[in-house]
Amino acid sequence: MHAHPARLGVDIGGTFTDVVLEIGENRFSTKVLTTYAAPENAIVDGMHQVCAKAGVTPSAISQIIHGTTLATNALIERRGAKTALITTKGFRDVIEMRTESRFEQYDLNLTLPEPLLPRNRRYVVSERMDANGNRLIPLDLQEIEALAEALRTADYESIAVGLLHSYVNDTHERLIAEVLAEKLPDVMVSLSCEVSPQIREYERFNTTIANAYIKPLIKSYLGRLKSRLADEGAACPVFLMHSGGGIMSLESAADFPVRLVESGPAGGAIFAADIAAKHGLGKVLSFDMGGTTAKICLIKDQTPKTARVFEVARTYRFKKGSGMPISIPVIDMVEIGAGGGSIAHVDAMNQIRVGPESAGSEPGPACYGRGGEEPAVTDADLILGKLDPKNFAGGSIPLHPDNSAKALHKAIGQTLEMGATEAAFGLAEVVDENMANAARVHAVENGEDLSDYTMIAFGGAAPLHAARLCEKLGVSRCLVPQGAGVGSAIGFLRAPFSFEANRSVFMRLSDFDPAKVQALFADMSQEATRFVRSCDAEAAILRDHKIYMRYAGQGWEIPITLTAEQAAAPDAATFLRLFEADYEALFGRAVEGMEVEITVWSVNAYTDQAAITPLTEAGALTAVATTATRPLFDPALAQTVEAAVLARTALPPGHIAQGPALVTEDETTVVVPASREVLTHADGTLDVRTKETSQ
Amino acid sequence: MSEHSKVAYQVMWNRLISVVEEQAQALVRTAFSTSVREAGDLSAGVYNASGEMLAQAVTGTPGHVNAMADAVGHFIRRIGADNMFEGDVYLTNDPWEGTGHKHDITVVTPSFYGGKLIGFFACTAHVTDIGGRGFGADANDVHEEGLYLPIMKFADRGSVDQTLLSIIRGNVREPDQLVGDIYALANSNDIGHRRLIDMVEEFSLTDLTGISDFILTNSRAATLARINALPPGSAAGHLRIDGYDAPIDLHVTVHIEKDRILSDWDGTSGLDKKGINVPLVYTKAYACYALKCAIAPEIPNNAASLAPFEITAPDNSIVNAKFPAPVALRHVIGHMVPDTVYNALDKLLPGLVPAEGAGCLCNFQVSLRPRTDGPAPAGATRAEVLTFNSGGSGARATLDGMNATAFPSGVMTMPVEATEQVGPVMIWRKELREDSGGAGEYRGGLGQYMDVGAREGHEFDISLMLDRVDHPALGRRNGLAGGATTLARSDGEAVRGKGKQFIPHGTIVQMGFPGGAGYGNPKARDPELVKRDLALGYITPEHAAQHYNLSGEVIADVLTRAKLGETF
Repeated sequence: MHAHPARLGVDIGGTFTDVVLEIGENRFSTKVLTTYAAPENAIVDGMHQVCAKAGVTPSAISQIIHGTTLATNALIERRGAKTALITTKGFRDVIEMRTESRFEQYDLNLTLPEPLLPRNRRYVVSERMDANGNRLIPLDLQEIEALAEALRTADYESIAVGLLHSYVNDTHERLIAEVLAEKLPDVMVSLSCEVSPQIREYERFNTTIANAYIKPLIKSYLGRLKSRLADEGAACPVFLMHSGGGIMSLESAADFPVRLVESGPAGGAIFAADIAAKHGLGKVLSFDMGGTTAKICLIKDQTPKTARVFEVARTYRFKKGSGMPISIPVIDMVEIGAGGGSIAHVDAMNQIRVGPESAGSEPGPACYGRGGEEPAVTDADLILGKLDPKNFAGGSIPLHPDNSAKALHKAIGQTLEMGATEAAFGLAEVVDENMANAARVHAVENGEDLSDYTMIAFGGAAPLHAARLCEKLGVSRCLVPQGAGVGSAIGFLRAPFSFEANRSVFMRLSDFDPAKVQALFADMSQEATRFVRSCDAEAAILRDHKIYMRYAGQGWEIPITLTAEQAAAPDAATFLRLFEADYEALFGRAVEGMEVEITVWSVNAYTDQAAITPLTEAGALTAVATTATRPLFDPALAQTVEAAVLARTALPPGHIAQGPALVTEDETTVVVPASREVLTHADGTLDVRTKETSQ
Repeated sequence: MSEHSKVAYQVMWNRLISVVEEQAQALVRTAFSTSVREAGDLSAGVYNASGEMLAQAVTGTPGHVNAMADAVGHFIRRIGADNMFEGDVYLTNDPWEGTGHKHDITVVTPSFYGGKLIGFFACTAHVTDIGGRGFGADANDVHEEGLYLPIMKFADRGSVDQTLLSIIRGNVREPDQLVGDIYALANSNDIGHRRLIDMVEEFSLTDLTGISDFILTNSRAATLARINALPPGSAAGHLRIDGYDAPIDLHVTVHIEKDRILSDWDGTSGLDKKGINVPLVYTKAYACYALKCAIAPEIPNNAASLAPFEITAPDNSIVNAKFPAPVALRHVIGHMVPDTVYNALDKLLPGLVPAEGAGCLCNFQVSLRPRTDGPAPAGATRAEVLTFNSGGSGARATLDGMNATAFPSGVMTMPVEATEQVGPVMIWRKELREDSGGAGEYRGGLGQYMDVGAREGHEFDISLMLDRVDHPALGRRNGLAGGATTLARSDGEAVRGKGKQFIPHGTIVQMGFPGGAGYGNPKARDPELVKRDLALGYITPEHAAQHYNLSGEVIADVLTRAKLGETF
């Protein structure tokens, strides 16, 4: 028997379901095709595969952590349940009217995304609170009972309740829930005061509706999964990764399934945070690039940056505003349409444009030789020498450079009078610049300077582009960890149990009430702790306190993190000092003579993770001699150089090689430009860093 | 250009567009007025040293497009290049040298690198109050419309002009908001500047000449290629709207010629006595925007891509108002400019442009105060609340119009919950208005209902900025007109579409904002779409029967199924 507990991480992605079994230091992983009709089948299949590799039975597994794109996909593909909304009379169309603006200003034939619920599934009741939570129109219980009857006749499976100003006074929403529980005991109910108690009705209502819409689907899936796993011998507890980067119980996930949205990418960020901890890095930029998108996240002090609202299901070229807002605690990531399959063309200004259209896996980039005729990022990578046409995906997919050159010529070269290499260079530079811009904007929005950050790159296409991004961003180190192909699933195994409670309560510093603040924190702390306790009865629980502050009259807040002492003994002068310091860092100068207010309060409770032992490195590095070379275009030098080619296994821990070099493995190739060198750490992580003696 | 600099310039152009987007984003994050922070009524751009605009953020305000492009030139002329120093910040709200009315504050910051002036950043935002009569149509000349800030220094080598701040504070109703917004504008230019310098250093530039030439040359060529691909010709367009007291006729002749498109506004009504007149720069912005949408939508805005769109209008016609005409609500007419241009363009390029829509935003400003007709409760307050709202857009040749979605403006509405946090205003209703989309093979977008009152113990003035009360949006190719603006009060008193009106304690103003017009004959509409409209309550049974010949039997069936929550 193994002395260590066996834990299983499972990430259901759009194409593959990744399964990772970890027993102490040993890790066993596999990828199986996602089985859409019954996603649990792929999990069971994968579980048996990794158990076989490890030589254990499923009964040895003590814990399963699961993340999934099922929630996101159900929203994108509109595969949710028959759902009704109950809202305040006069506000039936909040989710349809959105922000009343056009997300693309210059398209006369723009179409707006359909609301999650059509208008005839949105019902109104007489009631009203004002912005301070005073009741202006009381709820009429007979009206609610009559409505419940109508909803029963229409046979709804799920009901969302979203009333105006319920973030300050939830009495009416809860009364409606009571009536529904009595009259329609089998129908699932989601309240906006529970799902997302934050000001701004569009975001809150839409989030609540999204929750209600996917609840029957997710609840039934999770129930099936649990019993199916038990049938297969894994009767252990199953937990879910949530979008905020922590783990919650299966029961919480079934009640608040909207919190599963983006749980896979969140796992990737946790994976990077764990690598950051092992390597003692305080400031990390995680860079995950796959076939169609790239995701970028800031990780400070081994904690990924979080946000309170994000957008899913964008319908128009990833354009901001073309999707729907979800306001829940989430790991703050920038996602852009840039991946290995992203397609390039030349626009009317003779500018090269890349993505967000993707060649996908069928027909794939031109070099796959499956009929693709438009140049994709992978075609450029091939022409520039980053990929070996004979050894792509371990040699399983032969690549055709001729097709790439032809596609590049047709789409770019003939218009801009560029040869294949220059066209490829231009394509790669544009996509790298797009990603670098996204990272820069994200950093500046958060008041961060990327030059003292370290990048951690994972996902199939990331190692091909990471070093060039580092050059563009002035980042001197990039780590490429092992197991990067199943990074999210590994991340699940590193995540704490956690729950973040939020409240919208307005308080000006001039009216600061320490007793009220303490009571508020205590209340949220209790709520968050209860969720975490339901997952883990024993572990020590830590709490982070955050307040969102702004000048009175502004519409956007900045998050201020409080220490435990500051939260326990709240004090207006301290809060003001913290706010002004952060405001100046973000926006240059504080505004004189303005009142400051707090709008949102948050407490994140999480289990204390076992301390991570930082790596100890062998002292001196051994240079490896390389003989094989291949021409590689180096964009910083704007010329082709002769790059050393070596297998990742030929660069064991404590060894170093000089760029230009290409470190190859089955899944990908790590590009080391002339400005960098590459060494391997004790845990097998590659470190692509600026040469010590600059040339 | 060397072999690889082409790629480098491509990267730099992308970078500049990203810089101005970030500049705009910083403004949204730090602004105080809801018009900026919630609605996005702002713009931001970067310029070369001679004041030519190189890139502009895509924000919700086409009206700022050309105005912003011209503004920096005025600043250079007024302040003088040799009087510009590192750390300076300039501002103005001049309607003719800024963006058309005093409520828009434009802030310009010079960018220095290595001691040399290499370019400028400018941004503009619509502030809630600038003093005077308040935001509304009632002024008789521009002096009544509030505090005037000529082009001047807000900060001189880093130090803010405290005298100017005192004057501003003493002249406006919401001094904290306005001063906060000016700081936000200045900060956003700073952020743009920081990023520009990062780029300059990364590419080892000494100035912006090379990248500027690259952007302007490519943009000019692309725009001219688009224009020269069109059949040359001229056509006239007309639009009649309410105006303040008397209807206004907008007349335009669009000339498509080699290398340019000219819109000539000869024949348009003269100045109005009240503040709905339009400085030419604002007319030009919307004419240009309308043409760009139709002809060259994806070419980014800069000095060269805007230049081929020319405009001429008689002096002191309502679309070329000269000082001291009142201009506070220049957007009401300005937002009607695209529909007028499209009425001409449709004759030259049939099938390309939509039917008429609601046109101008359906905005109103509420000035609340404790009631004066009886004892006001403790805690009753004063507040200025501005909201932006949209009617329906016109149907397209193959698509319905968009419901409650602004066109040509692209600003966002404010969340009701955020609006009600700003002051003691009550929005009792904000939802789609059935039957307001003009019937057609493709239906016009729906307008919306809004009911507005005050919290207990308050009375208010409401300044309305609504048009299309007497002149609804007209359809194209046998499509029918959209619903006209409707106005009522809970106490039965009448309400006018424009101007400030007192609303006593306990009274609610009930507004129906206009819908877009239909496109094509209603009888040709796909019956399934008619049924869907009926099921969703976009149209009433009466409307379905009258305009689309839906039988009583089918109507009853649709309504029954809709009630059961079926999808259509």
